[in-house]
Amino acid sequence: MITQLANLGARSIFFIEEVGRVAYFGGQILVAAAKRPIRARRFVDEVFRLGVLSLIIICVCGLAVGAVLGLQGYNTLERFGATDSLGTVVGLSLIRELGPVLTALLTTGRAGSATTAEIGTMAATEQLDGLRMMSINPIHYVVMPKAFAMVFVMPLLSALFIVCGIAGGYLVGVFWGIDPGSYMTGLESAVTFQDDILGSFLKSLIFGILVGLISTYRGYSSEPTSAGVSAATTTTVVEASVVILIFDYFITALWGV
Amino acid sequence: MTDNGAEPSDHLRLDQVSMKFGQRTVFENLSFSLPPGEISVIIGGSGSGKSTVLRLIGGLVSPQSGRIVVEGQDISLAGNDVLETARNKIGMLFQGGALLDSLTVFENLALPLREHTDLDDESIATEVHDRLDAVGLSGIDDLLPNQLSGGMRKRVALARAIIRKPSILLCDEPFSGLDPISTRKVEALLVDINRRRGITIVVVSHHVASTMRMASQIVVLLPDGLVVGSPQELQNHNDPRVKAFLTADRDQPSEMVEEVEVLPSGRRT
Amino acid sequence: MRNNTGRDIAVGLFVIASLAAIAYLALQLGGLSFGGEETMRIYANFDEIGGLKPRAPVVVAGVRVGQVDSIGLAEDYRARVAFDVESRLELPVDSSASIVTSGVLGDRYISLQLGGDDLILADGDDIEFVESAVVLERLIGQLIHNTNIDSSKE
Repeated sequence: MITQLANLGARSIFFIEEVGRVAYFGGQILVAAAKRPIRARRFVDEVFRLGVLSLIIICVCGLAVGAVLGLQGYNTLERFGATDSLGTVVGLSLIRELGPVLTALLTTGRAGSATTAEIGTMAATEQLDGLRMMSINPIHYVVMPKAFAMVFVMPLLSALFIVCGIAGGYLVGVFWGIDPGSYMTGLESAVTFQDDILGSFLKSLIFGILVGLISTYRGYSSEPTSAGVSAATTTTVVEASVVILIFDYFITALWGV
Repeated sequence: MTDNGAEPSDHLRLDQVSMKFGQRTVFENLSFSLPPGEISVIIGGSGSGKSTVLRLIGGLVSPQSGRIVVEGQDISLAGNDVLETARNKIGMLFQGGALLDSLTVFENLALPLREHTDLDDESIATEVHDRLDAVGLSGIDDLLPNQLSGGMRKRVALARAIIRKPSILLCDEPFSGLDPISTRKVEALLVDINRRRGITIVVVSHHVASTMRMASQIVVLLPDGLVVGSPQELQNHNDPRVKAFLTADRDQPSEMVEEVEVLPSGRRT
Repeated sequence: MRNNTGRDIAVGLFVIASLAAIAYLALQLGGLSFGGEETMRIYANFDEIGGLKPRAPVVVAGVRVGQVDSIGLAEDYRARVAFDVESRLELPVDSSASIVTSGVLGDRYISLQLGGDDLILADGDDIEFVESAVVLERLIGQLIHNTNIDSSKE
């Protein structure tokens, strides 16, 4: 009983310490961001790797999810004879919930894990120490562009995901005989900028910060061995996914997005 | 080499340095100084903390206690600014080369210049090609590190280590993972760089043959202290462990084993 | 640097495509207009608002001209509804507001019927003539009650 209690205490302390370390790491990134040079070149390269290379998976998944929503929505709405609301159902669920969350989960798997693995490998092969010996701060040169690129691409990918999803729902809906016009008007009248679009944007921005922070921190603090790097990569995917879903609940609860 | 008229022993000196990783004590109260403009070799068994000494001098790790003096400056507790100034005078050749594998050979060498100087592209190219010449390489500007052989990668890393005209060059296992011919080549390059540029070179190695050929001072790290001396002095040293190290020559299996277990430096995951 | 050009173009296209997607979502679906429509605030007190909610549409002749901003309780315990309509509308002061339902069980919205007065409603004015929401259950209840009374008379 006592040992279990002690165990729980130790775990809680470790958890709080870990949160503190991540926050400190985030602070270091912000401090680095204030320093010159601004690493625009490295930033653009990272946007390419994290954003452009995730495009296909985002668009394909967006279409697929939209199509599934369309099909499920159609089958359900048909029972109430309300198939005209399909646009509303597909659009709102994509914009408010599925777009930001699924994009963040996909990006974690595709780009977050790669970020962790790359930084971890650089630590294991002494590339980070090499930078330090050249008087180049690795957080400034390696971590900062990656973290900021992640924050930058997340809302963009989420928007693309949503548009692809709406298109997917549209295709399925029209295939099942819904009037294309009513799909779009249902969508347009139900969606508002302030509550839905802005909230969706805010969500994906927060997810971008979380994924960017977790993936770079895990890579940077990984054991400098191949086993350590692979463990860190797994941790990134697990942690980021859980944190995304937990934060999603709280953002929804607090802001009603 | 030493500025502000400090005495030569302040060029590079460890003073009562103790180092622990968690529970494990790597060494305690280690003190020695290395002469400027010479090649010094640090040898010792596995786990004796040879590489840690280099990392301490480079400021990559901090000691639990003691002073580390580089060019008259104590860096053991220094902040980032002091460390950066000290590192401007230090080049480091890492065991696996530590070249940035997303950059080409040229960009790898140009990076420190782009970061810390206002040189235009043309001067940077001149500098880069000068150093590549110095390590006997040319025409590999646009290759990526993983397209190079292990020996070439070491030489490129060596070129990068001296691109900022350091006064001290730290080499962590420069011969590991190299075939005998490449080993000879890197050894000759180090001697050449030391003679021509007057750079103090500190080598950590377990390659005894090379050590005996190029060192003007050898530091032997033993579990309970250290022994310092020239190759000739140490060969006649009366501590049997020192003798065992230095006579563990070419056909000694222990050395062969260590050569093999070293990082497969050519591959990336 | 030459090998970066293709990559830069790809990044540029990616950013443009994403911004287009965001613009589509914000402007077309979200109905965001930059500094576009000026709105004025109108108030109306109802006895019963049924299921009227903030952001419900306000229509004139079925055309959407604004939306409900907030709903509160007035001093006389009637429901006080604040809604925004386009300022360019010239609504006579004797216009009336009624809460109606789209379909039998659909959403509530406010419909404005124009009056004939020369005076025009301005920002912050109250609409005097209102028609409260019809609560279906109450209607049915009344119907049954009336039927009972009628049949007992006979």
